[in-house]
Amino acid sequence: MVSGKGGTGKTTVAAALALALAAGGRRVLLCEVEGRQGIAQLFDVPQLPYAEQRIAVASGGGEVWALAIEPKAALLEYLELFYHLGRAGKVLERLGAIDFATTIAPGLRDVLLIGKVYEATRRREGTAPRYDAVVLDAPPTGRIGQVLNVNEEVAGLARVGPIRNQAGSIMNLLRSSATAVHLVTVLEEMPVQETCDALAELHRIGLPVGSIVVNMMREPLLAPAELAQATRGKLPVTRVVAGLEAAGMGRRSGHGTETATARTARLRATAQALIAEGVQHARRVALEREQRAVLEGLGRPVVELPALAEGIDLGALYDLAERLRAQGPA
Amino acid sequence: MSAPALDIDAVLADRAVQVMVCCGAGGVGKTTTSAALALRAAERHGRRVVVLTIDPARRLAQSLGLAELDNSPRPVVGVEAAGEGRLDAMMLDMKRTFDEVISAHASPEKAEQIFANPFYQALSTSFAGTQEYMAMEKLGQLRARASGARAGQGWDLIVVDTPPSRSALDFLDAPQRLGSFLDGRLIRVLTAPARVGGRAYLKVVSAAVGSATGVMTKVLGAQVLRDLQTFVAALDTVFGSFRARAERTYEMLQQPGTAFLVIAAPEADALREASYFVERLRDERMPLAGLVLNRVHRSAASHLGAERAAAAAEELDDAEDPPSLTVGLLRVHADLMRRHRREQALASRFTGAHPDVAVAEVDALAEDVHDLSGLREIGERLAG
Ligand SMILES: Nc1ncnc2c1ncn2[C@@H]1O[C@H](COP(=O)(O)OP(=O)(O)OP(=O)(O)O)[C@@H](O)[C@H]1O
Ligand SMILES: Nc1ncnc2c1ncn2[C@@H]1O[C@H](COP(=O)(O)OP(=O)(O)OP(=O)(O)O)[C@@H](O)[C@H]1O
Ligand SMILES: [Mg+2]
Ligand SMILES: [Mg+2]
Repeated sequence: MVSGKGGTGKTTVAAALALALAAGGRRVLLCEVEGRQGIAQLFDVPQLPYAEQRIAVASGGGEVWALAIEPKAALLEYLELFYHLGRAGKVLERLGAIDFATTIAPGLRDVLLIGKVYEATRRREGTAPRYDAVVLDAPPTGRIGQVLNVNEEVAGLARVGPIRNQAGSIMNLLRSSATAVHLVTVLEEMPVQETCDALAELHRIGLPVGSIVVNMMREPLLAPAELAQATRGKLPVTRVVAGLEAAGMGRRSGHGTETATARTARLRATAQALIAEGVQHARRVALEREQRAVLEGLGRPVVELPALAEGIDLGALYDLAERLRAQGPA
Repeated sequence: MSAPALDIDAVLADRAVQVMVCCGAGGVGKTTTSAALALRAAERHGRRVVVLTIDPARRLAQSLGLAELDNSPRPVVGVEAAGEGRLDAMMLDMKRTFDEVISAHASPEKAEQIFANPFYQALSTSFAGTQEYMAMEKLGQLRARASGARAGQGWDLIVVDTPPSRSALDFLDAPQRLGSFLDGRLIRVLTAPARVGGRAYLKVVSAAVGSATGVMTKVLGAQVLRDLQTFVAALDTVFGSFRARAERTYEMLQQPGTAFLVIAAPEADALREASYFVERLRDERMPLAGLVLNRVHRSAASHLGAERAAAAAEELDDAEDPPSLTVGLLRVHADLMRRHRREQALASRFTGAHPDVAVAEVDALAEDVHDLSGLREIGERLAG
């Protein structure tokens, strides 16, 4: 499972993780449950139907398959499986009962979504499991505890019957060592806070937390001593002016002549602007350090992924997958 | 193409503006902007303001005095109000607002019955759309209170934050969706026997319902179905139509006196959302004040372009005794300029599509905004 605050890179990391797990000839299923077609967009393929299909390959004949799980289809599939509904299913659908049930019945929707993931982990082909691993691009941290706590969720709904039993089996798998919930974050205050809250909640429910994935990391562009000076507001203007001179900035880019005084004033103004930017940079680096320390204190392995300047395409996903493999979670 | 400048102070000073609504995609700064606007209106323009925030970050909530969630406005401590000005703040408690709506419309026994129902629990806490619906409810209540107060009392400006959602349009759509959901076919079918004494049914419908309820009973258990039926019947008698109610609130937003602000980060997704939203407001004839482009990056040395700075850094770095500080600073600057250029390109694409939408840009501050002085700083930048 891959969760995290919205926009931190859950979908990207889930896809990279699936690629990493598929390396060396394994078959992996990558699922999404929020109806947003994030996987299709990421891999640049047409919308995914409610059916598994192969979307990428990995080394040694590895394969990544993808599935967009949709609650209505999951409910109909489920009813068919357990009750052989046939025509009654259509009637239910026409009345809006399927809509109603998947929208409002407390927890039913989540049980169906997670239930489908569960089914995929159990499916066999002959004697071997159909998938070596299943990766879920899970709902964000704000909802993750609730969504995964399926037992609790259906408690108010069904006390007996197939849904109840199903919830029990799902919960057993989720709580076992076969599951890991990885939390993606960036080094900012709110996402880190959400990561801490999610970790506490997952512990409370008894769900195993895997790694903390620090995504979109950027290297400091100033040396440690300079960062320290910058935070204290002590970057020397004269040194920067000299540096700009050495870089040939003393010459004016346009035409025309410039008096020596005007030239010095211009260089100083540029140096001061650059220093102000350096100070902002140093403050950001310091904030990131603090947040990083908070994450270290959580007692889970911390994995780092860089911010890739060119954005995320298939090549970038393979790059991130390689980094995940090197650091452990896959 | 450059956009007309959004004059925030003119909007805040305009006494005809009584409601300001901040909309936008998730995480762009709606809550921060609402609080900053409300503070500025009280401190600079002597307005009597109440700000309705939704899910503010913990530290911001604390500095607004919203540590406890009690669903009613409280004066904010530390406001240096001008003249008659004042600032009250509140944080929306969705469940409580829903409970209040029920209590206001149902007999005590009926209300109890509804509260105890598991379907009500789900609807009032986790149904997607309830938060938007309740935000609109609360806005309606605040407005009624503001206009009911004697002259010189109460509020003359309500600033409304909107719930975190992927799409800005959810604020306008979700209440209707909840309404039509509760007025939906299944509900009509389930409650119809109660309304018409169960006789007006065609055989075929009742057969279908019979088989459908049969299946639902099997899957969910008889208790669940009974809960559902009582819930639906209770809600129905309490409210008449949820949809009509949502429509009334919607109309309120179309009245003059309301000003929408669309908040966006200078990113492709957020600006696309902003575009949809602006178009929608136009279609619905809802008054748009303008776009706030939040967290933009700019430089005081913009004459030094990204390429030139990066090239200079390379060159210096290759020198024998490289002046490392300048190399680093030039790289920081190159990054900033690249970002600035990307953001400006996105902004002008928006303005190209919506040339009359006024825009205010707010810089990205180095740190999160969680106290009144941070909000004042945002306010300054909003005002340009
Ligand atoms: N390591 C990275 N380097 C550069 N860009 C990244 C990286 N990780 C993610 N991104 C970009 O950040 C944005 C958000 O990523 P993504 O969609 O994976 O986040 P998410 O958590 O799934 O978001 P949502 O909450 O909307 O589902 C995307 O534009 C993605 O391309
Ligand atoms: N101009 C700014 N400079 C720096 N930080 C900012 C700025 N505007 C907002 N922030 C920070 O960005 C974060 C998100 O802002 P905010 O909570 O206002 O967004 P939102 O649109 O209300 O989010 P949501 O959709 O989750 O409700 C907060 O931590 C806030 O302090
Ligand atoms: Mg995603
Ligand atoms: Mg908010």
